Parts: sequence; C-alpha cells; structure tokens
Amino acid sequence: MKSLQAQHHVLADPRHQLEVLDELTSGHIPSFHDKLKQTGQWPLLADRVEILQINVGKMCNQTCKHCHVDAGPDRREIMSLETMQSCVDVVKKFRIPTVDITGGAPEMNPHFRWLVETLSPMGVHLMVRCNLTIILANKKYHDLPEFYRKHRMEVIASLPFYTSDRTDRQRGTGIFAQSIEALKMLNEVGYGHPDTGLQLHLVYNPAGAFLPPPQEQLRQEYQQVLWEQYGIRFNQLYVITNMPISRYLDYLLQTGNFERYMEQLVQAFNPLAVKGLMCRNTISVDWQGYLYDCDFNQMLGIPVIPEASRHISRFDIQTLEHRQIAVRPHCYGCTAGAGSSCGGQIV
Amino acid sequence: MSQTSHYYNAQDLARFGQIGEFQPTLAEKFFAYYGEVFQDGALTAKEKALIALAVAHAVQCPYCIDAYTTESYSKGWSEAQMMEAVHVAAAIRGGASLVHGVQMMNRVKDIAM
Repeated sequence: MKSLQAQHHVLADPRHQLEVLDELTSGHIPSFHDKLKQTGQWPLLADRVEILQINVGKMCNQTCKHCHVDAGPDRREIMSLETMQSCVDVVKKFRIPTVDITGGAPEMNPHFRWLVETLSPMGVHLMVRCNLTIILANKKYHDLPEFYRKHRMEVIASLPFYTSDRTDRQRGTGIFAQSIEALKMLNEVGYGHPDTGLQLHLVYNPAGAFLPPPQEQLRQEYQQVLWEQYGIRFNQLYVITNMPISRYLDYLLQTGNFERYMEQLVQAFNPLAVKGLMCRNTISVDWQGYLYDCDFNQMLGIPVIPEASRHISRFDIQTLEHRQIAVRPHCYGCTAGAGSSCGGQIV
Repeated sequence: MSQTSHYYNAQDLARFGQIGEFQPTLAEKFFAYYGEVFQDGALTAKEKALIALAVAHAVQCPYCIDAYTTESYSKGWSEAQMMEAVHVAAAIRGGASLVHGVQMMNRVKDIAM
C-alpha cells in the first residue's frame, strides 16, 4: 500500500483534511471550542512542559491503514542531525524531564541512536514509539532491544489486538506474527519483567470505525492471551482512540463511516478528560523543527498559537508553558469516553 | 416536519435518549436501570454485550442489532463468536416454535380417531 502522498491523494494535503473536518462542525456537530465553552473549560491552556515529543520523520517499514502520519516506506522526510541538536539543546537548557521519540518508525532515522546516546547521559527519561516489526525488518535493527535496554528506554509498542486477524487487517499481512517475535526478543533482554524496571507497554487502537473498550478489561485479556499462547509479558496496555486524520480519515470517508464516527466521538465527549489531555504537558516537534501542541496537530499543520515560538530554534518555555492550545474537531478523539492520550486512557 | 419515508431510520438510534421529551420521569428510570444492567457484575460488560446481540436478533430490533454489533465487536468478540451468538438466538427461536409442535401433536391425538 502506498502512502496518501505517493498516491497524490487529495487528503495528503492537511488543509483539505481540515476542510473536511470543519465542514462537519459548521453543520449539526458542535465545534470543539463551543463544547469546551459549555463545560467552562475554554480557553484550553497548557500548564507545563514536561514532555518533548520528537517526531523524527515519516519513514516507516509499515503502511498501516489507520496511520495519522501517513508514514510508509515511500516517505523520505526525516529530521536532520542539526535539528536534533537543537532539540537536545532545548532539553538540556530547560531541563525537560522526558523525551518521547516517535515517527514513522523512529529507528529508521539514521541519527536515532545519536539522539538517544546524547540524551541518555543527561538523565532524561526516554520513550520510544516502536512498531515492533522494525526490530526484525533488517539485520542492522536486530540489536534494538539491547540498545533500548542499555539506555533504559521505555518502549511503547503497537499491537492493535491480541489476535492475528485484526492486527494484520490494520497493519498488513504477517505483522502480528512478526510483532510476537519482536516482543519475545524484548522480553529476552528483560523488558516487561516486574523486577527489571524495564517498561514495555503495548498500544491498542480499534481496527475499524468504533471506539475502544475500557482499558483495564482489555489489559487483562491481552495479558492472559499473550502469556498463555506466546509466553509474552508486558507492563501496561494503552488504549488509544483513532483520530479522524490522514489515512484513518480516508478510511472513514471511503467506507461511509465518517459522520457517524464523529457523532460517536461527540456523544462520548467527557469533560473530565479535558484536564488530563496530553497537550497540556507536552510539546511536539516535527522533522523540520516546528512546534505543535501534539502529534495530531502536527499532522494537520496546526502550529502552536504563540507565533514567536513556533520553531525549536526559538523555543521560549515561559510562553509555551502558558500557551493557549489550538483545538479543532479532531480533538473530540482525545476526549471521548475515558479519554485518549499517548499514555492511554485519561480518566 | 415531514414524515419519514420508512419506519426504521438509522439516525433514530442516536436519538434514543430523547424519548424522555414526552415522559422524563419514566425515561430517567429506564435509562438508569439500563445503564446499571450493562455494568460489570456477576457477568462482565463484554459478556453482556454478546447476550444483548443475541437478544437483539431474537426480538429483531434493527437499532439494537446496530448498537450491539458495534459494542460486541469493539469489546473484542470475533466475527465467528458473534455469528454463533446469533445462531443461539435462532436455535432458541426455532426451538420455541418446534416445541409447540408437541401441543399440536397432543391436540391431533385428541381429535383423531
């Protein structure tokens, strides 16, 4: 499967995605900012910068049907060493405690290991969003579990379901079996064992046009099936709602599910989830160094509101810590039900 | 407001909550009960979703089939498990008709020479 960009698809342009989303909220669906006003939570303000989420590029060995990044093997956009250095400088200068590295498959960026090796001695808590199959994709990646272990990285691994049918339907044929192999390799170096402190979290996201079930119930099922059938351990399961962005938006439109999915998100709006939204303690950096409230705003090209701080080279923590967060209709995805963030369920 | 051209309208499912417009007190009591029924209890919410799916087919409620297909699938039941639940409903429905065949047989034996 090609990325939307390689297909010259109209949705490859984030402006067109926003038009589709905004058109809906100009009709019968209330805008997200009106919804926040109704619950006395407008404007939505950040309260600190605890996490710098660095998206090191769109290159990936997989082409998942729901990917909000439109990542894939045909994407070439990756963060340069110079931009990474700027990120490191910001983390150091402002003592940002956590760096969350994502992509694409972030490990495919040739400077990925440099970034980790530079940040690790600074005592920064490092997270990596791993698609698992990258570990097996090429011999040069086989030592990744050991590399993660050496730097005590928190591994957040995508596994949309504990059966092969749903996983493969979303992520590609054979992906489930490869993911299981990669999880075994992570377990072998100590990940997921309670006494090593090496954190391995799995990420569930729905394989279709529906909302996720409660996290705790699903965690128990994942743990039981993965342990009994494959001998695999992990620490936590993060349940994430699919955002109506990029390839998932295309899927919703193609299958006639778009309006109903959005209505479901709006109906499931939970005002209690707003307080714990990830945008309130995170800044997201794109491969070119531009700053966003989250990875989703990044993909939709919605920059942070303070104009003077829109690039990592002009990072002003005072301004960013108290910034107003930019919201659009996709934000309903993070406030539906028990809420959704890069760390799973919110409430 | 114009009349709809058919009795069942998919959009009406989302309007279920609005039945309280004509009788709020009873609607509130019903929805409180309904919400409680589908919580985890002696049975899990996941198990209850599958039961609801089977019952929805037995009572042939299109709204309920719509809602509990989504609910069952999102809670992790597979296509095969969901179809088996529908067969359970069908077996009970079929059996319910057939078991009355005994009444029919009894009556025939009463009236036959």
